[in-house]
Amino acid sequence: MNPRPDNRGAAIDLESVTKAYGAFKALDGVSLGIEPGEFMTLLGPSGSGKTTTLNVIAGFTDVTSGKLLVGEKSVVGVPAHKRNIGVVFQHYALFPHMTVGRNVAYPLTLRGVDQAKRKVRVARALDMVKMGDFAHRYPSELSGGQQQRVALARAIVFDPPLLLMDEPLGALDKKLREWLQLEIKRIHRELGTTFVYVTHDQEEALVLSDRIAVFNRGRIEQVGTGRQLYDEPATLFVGRFIGDSTVLRGEARSDGTSTALTIAGEAVTAPRRLAGETNPVMLLRPEKLSLRRAGQTAAAGTNRLSGTIAEAIYLGSGSKYEVKLADGSVAIVRSPLTGESFGLGEKVELCFDGADAKLLADDSTADTTLT
Amino acid sequence: MEMKPLTRLVLGLVCLLVAIWLVAPTLVVVPMSFNGNKSLAFPPQGFSWQWYQNFATNPEWSTSFLNSLKVASIVAVLATVLGTLAAFGLDRMKARPASLLRMLMLTPMVVPGVVLAIGIYAVYLDAQLVGTLSGFVLAHTILALPFVLIAVSANLEVFDRRLETAAASLGAGALTTFRTVTLPLILPGILSGLLFAFATSFDEIIVSLFITNPYLKTLPVQIFSSITRDADPTVAAVGTILLCATTILIGAGMLLLGRERKGRL
Repeated sequence: MNPRPDNRGAAIDLESVTKAYGAFKALDGVSLGIEPGEFMTLLGPSGSGKTTTLNVIAGFTDVTSGKLLVGEKSVVGVPAHKRNIGVVFQHYALFPHMTVGRNVAYPLTLRGVDQAKRKVRVARALDMVKMGDFAHRYPSELSGGQQQRVALARAIVFDPPLLLMDEPLGALDKKLREWLQLEIKRIHRELGTTFVYVTHDQEEALVLSDRIAVFNRGRIEQVGTGRQLYDEPATLFVGRFIGDSTVLRGEARSDGTSTALTIAGEAVTAPRRLAGETNPVMLLRPEKLSLRRAGQTAAAGTNRLSGTIAEAIYLGSGSKYEVKLADGSVAIVRSPLTGESFGLGEKVELCFDGADAKLLADDSTADTTLT
Repeated sequence: MEMKPLTRLVLGLVCLLVAIWLVAPTLVVVPMSFNGNKSLAFPPQGFSWQWYQNFATNPEWSTSFLNSLKVASIVAVLATVLGTLAAFGLDRMKARPASLLRMLMLTPMVVPGVVLAIGIYAVYLDAQLVGTLSGFVLAHTILALPFVLIAVSANLEVFDRRLETAAASLGAGALTTFRTVTLPLILPGILSGLLFAFATSFDEIIVSLFITNPYLKTLPVQIFSSITRDADPTVAAVGTILLCATTILIGAGMLLLGRERKGRL
């Protein structure tokens, strides 16, 4: 399909959108701006409000309060069938009594596109998802991955300025999922349409998205690129949801320029002042941690914590260790193959540069929502 | 599991016996309809087509047949429309009131026919509906409605409502969605409801006996009065015709359904 500069995709603006079911707030003041043509992923655990947000944009769910603009026009109160937004569902939702061709032609028939044009556009959309040879099949004759590609073709055939996808790969196996992720990425590039994608899989979010909005308990915790979320998590929840992480908890003391944390008698410091966090924790990424055999000397200024190797996993490209610390918590360390290797039960020292530790407030929600 | 030849043989014989037991009373009617004498004796004596001729030419028979056809057709359409709408409403209602209403609408199936007949008769006497077409249609529709409701509800239960959401996202309003997505998918239920409603009205006898009068008789009423008055073998001829008609109808329906399913799989 030729890129259509006149149809670059719609901007979306949510302003303090709230959706309440009785006393329960599925969405609690969600504000989010999405650029035209952007690939935005709504990421979060189940029940965090990401799917509700998608349903609100699609028009399947009414908002209790707040503003919702698609393409700079308010769509609050506009029924779903008048919004001209493509939607791909996790369960495919192909019409079982129609062939693949008629499924994809369905939105065009509704829009009164004449038969000749319809044929061309259906063929083009099916070619785009590489299902051109299947127009005469029925959905029940296709595999899950093929059905989802047809569903995608049906959702883009009428050139909507916005495409919503609700965990479209959730029902597929890993190999197929990874391949389809790249296909979706390619189609996004070719179409220039705004994509809003819902998933609970952080890896999928990192692969696909321009930006990611992390949802938790009906609110957005942080919006940013994958790198921003990984390197500069705004909350402990985000830090733990994106990527592996080690969380150090202990007695905190701040002296104006740095903060010290005492964990089971050993102190570690980070060169940052507390900014009102009442209950600070340190969050560390696995590649920022290193291991040393107990008793070896380390460079001055490096933080050290003693622990025991609880799990050693060979990953091919490197090794991953789980280190049990004196207070019982577990640290995750990734080390390159070139480094030393350690065996189970070995006494080690966990080392890190204080500058690599993120000081974050300890939100109790982070533990309960992550399992 | 592999069956021994003897087991297989015994099983086959038993099946055959049960089949004969089920079908025999129906099949007895067929030879009787060709009886040469004016008696309902079995086995029949001689051979003649005269009872078929009598059915076609005697106005008592042909009129009652046409009456039944008329009543059953109107009832089938009326009950199917009402029953489908009811099934829809109940499907989209809150569970508790829906199950209560459903039970209420199914009572005509459970209540003894005679009780229902007496009630309807009492009301019809007052309303002057005895022996009228609308009287028959109304009464039979009450009886046929539960069959449509059950058939359509069964289809709606397996219907994936998310398809309606998908249709909406593609630009279809509520009516278009119903016409292009919901209706085609629950059509088998609606059609079988229609068939059941027609059959229910066509061979209804209990209520019909109460609300009939000499001016409007349905076929079952005519058969009943004929057989109690004299042993007219025309009854057997009518029975045979009905047997053939229903066999063809049901057979065709099953063939159509089978082809439909094959096309989709």
